[in-house]
Amino acid sequence: MLAFLIKRSANAIFVMLSVSFIAFMIFRFVGDPVELMLNEQATQSQRDELRTRLGLDEPFIVQFGTFVTNAAQGDFGISFRNQQDVLGMIAERFPATFELVIVATIISLVVGIPMGVITAIRRQTWYAETMQFTSIIGVSLPSFVVGIGLILIFSVWLGWLPAFGRGETVDIGWWSTGLLTHSGRMSIILPALSLSLFQITLVMRLVRAEMLEVLRSDFIKFARARGIPARAIHFRHALRNCLMPVVTMTAMQIGGLIAFALVTETVFQWPGMGLLFIQAVTFVDVPIMAAYLCIVALIFVLLNTIVDITYAVIDPRLRGAEK
Amino acid sequence: MMLQPVIAPESPGTAPATPVLEVSNLTVEFPTRHGTLTAIDDVSMRIEPGEILGVVGESGAGKSITGLAVLGLLEAPGRIAGGEIHVAGRRVDTLSEEELTKVRGSEMGAIFQDPLTALNPLFSVGAQLVETIRLHTELNKEEARARALHLLREVGIPAPEERLKQFPHQFSGGMRQRVVIALALAAEPGLIIADEPTTALDVSIQAQITTLLRRLCKEHRTGIMLVTHDMGVIAETADRVAVMYSGRVVETGRVEDVIHAPQHPYTKGLMAAIPSLHDRVETLTQIDGSMPRLNTRPSGCAFNPRCPVAGPRCRRDRPELVAAGPNRAACFLHDGGTQ
Repeated sequence: MLAFLIKRSANAIFVMLSVSFIAFMIFRFVGDPVELMLNEQATQSQRDELRTRLGLDEPFIVQFGTFVTNAAQGDFGISFRNQQDVLGMIAERFPATFELVIVATIISLVVGIPMGVITAIRRQTWYAETMQFTSIIGVSLPSFVVGIGLILIFSVWLGWLPAFGRGETVDIGWWSTGLLTHSGRMSIILPALSLSLFQITLVMRLVRAEMLEVLRSDFIKFARARGIPARAIHFRHALRNCLMPVVTMTAMQIGGLIAFALVTETVFQWPGMGLLFIQAVTFVDVPIMAAYLCIVALIFVLLNTIVDITYAVIDPRLRGAEK
Repeated sequence: MMLQPVIAPESPGTAPATPVLEVSNLTVEFPTRHGTLTAIDDVSMRIEPGEILGVVGESGAGKSITGLAVLGLLEAPGRIAGGEIHVAGRRVDTLSEEELTKVRGSEMGAIFQDPLTALNPLFSVGAQLVETIRLHTELNKEEARARALHLLREVGIPAPEERLKQFPHQFSGGMRQRVVIALALAAEPGLIIADEPTTALDVSIQAQITTLLRRLCKEHRTGIMLVTHDMGVIAETADRVAVMYSGRVVETGRVEDVIHAPQHPYTKGLMAAIPSLHDRVETLTQIDGSMPRLNTRPSGCAFNPRCPVAGPRCRRDRPELVAAGPNRAACFLHDGGTQ
């Protein structure tokens, strides 16, 4: 287990270094930051002074070293646009995105897994066929259409749920959560639903395919021969053998959702990282983009590690391999 | 381990016990797009308590299908089209899936060919044993665990306390087959369907497993249906044998009689095809041709195209099992001639 963790950490460090290198390169390719920061009337001496102050007269590798050292300490510099601490801005936005993504993921698992099992074990029935068919619609509809549709039905027509925003939030340390207030919980339903619709379909189809595969295996036949009832066969013996790919996919999707919840956040005016990123792109706010890139990479690395640990929890064969 | 098997002769005069398995006129069909294929055609067999019936035949003869039909595990579209199956006197072929689930494991157990894939890789051996035991008995968790330990010891697994916590991948093939046997025995069923239980194992392990099966059968008075293509396993393990060919039983009798005095031309061919240890031969004897596929079965006796003594009647009528020497055989040689 220790060797495994060391290997994982080495991998993670390598990935993070590569990503921060790319993030760092953005600064250099987007143009001279001095030009971006000073107005057109600045004198040459002002320019030189700023250049020295920012350390831009240092050699490339030293600059990169400084960037990495600062980034590792959480210092991504100051936003070009509103002169705020970048990490602080992201920390302010991150909880909103994270809660949205987690709720969406839970919905997709809670709904998708049973649907996958049902469509696999009741293949010929009308309701399984209906689910299969509906799921195609789920994959094909772009999420902004789903979002707008949900707003139209539940906010405009029925008036049940708020159409935008996050509702009231409660601060727990630096984390502001909307899950503890009524308006916060009502507000998260629609965006989470629109974000999870595609995931539900994906989970359902994956579980279905895996179930059909596992149900053909010998140990299922033997379990039936032992007189294990159908319910236990499906949900205990077969489903657990389907979970590895589901775990992998879910983790990758969580990463993907955090990184690309842009559309949903825009549609619902959700004050998350996606919205922040869109604004950063609009105003060429490079420090925010660079920090965003690094943080998303860090999330992926963390999720991958969690996935590997989960594998060992699910499958005893992998536990043995690490010892 | 090396208990010498003793065949208890049926003492005459006592009333015969209820057979653990009685199959009468079983027919299994597979409806396909190109018509209905008959995999099992009018097969009957019975197994007494404490008896091992070897069911032998080539691949496709229908021996495994017979076993699966008894267990009620025929895969769709396969279905029982006729006949009756009684397990311990109770008719099982008409039971609903729910009722069958209760019979499986408690009245009849199963052992399958490949022990490497028969166990769920994600659950410990103990968990699978306890699950099965608690399903079929009233034992609580602790008692079930004690019984699991006892079963592992019974099938000859050393250090059962430690083994109980281990997962299938930590067992060797032979040890896994012992676990599978322990699982089949969990609720002491009167009947065990053993489908090629030794085929996937090393020859040295094969002998251990057959000896184990034999000992359990005699000690617990369990009836075993031993499905195999290996005449050697039958010779060492079974009391009686049923030779199957193309979905029918062609010869049946006591193992010694069928081996030493085969009556059906197919059985004779099978016996002749077993190479002897003592005589040096250049070429192995074989039966010419191959078993007909289900959709190309000839009329009359299915063996007639390959039979060295077939006559016109064999191509016309289908022979039924009749007394033939010490055995029963489905051949016109013993039923009025082949003309």
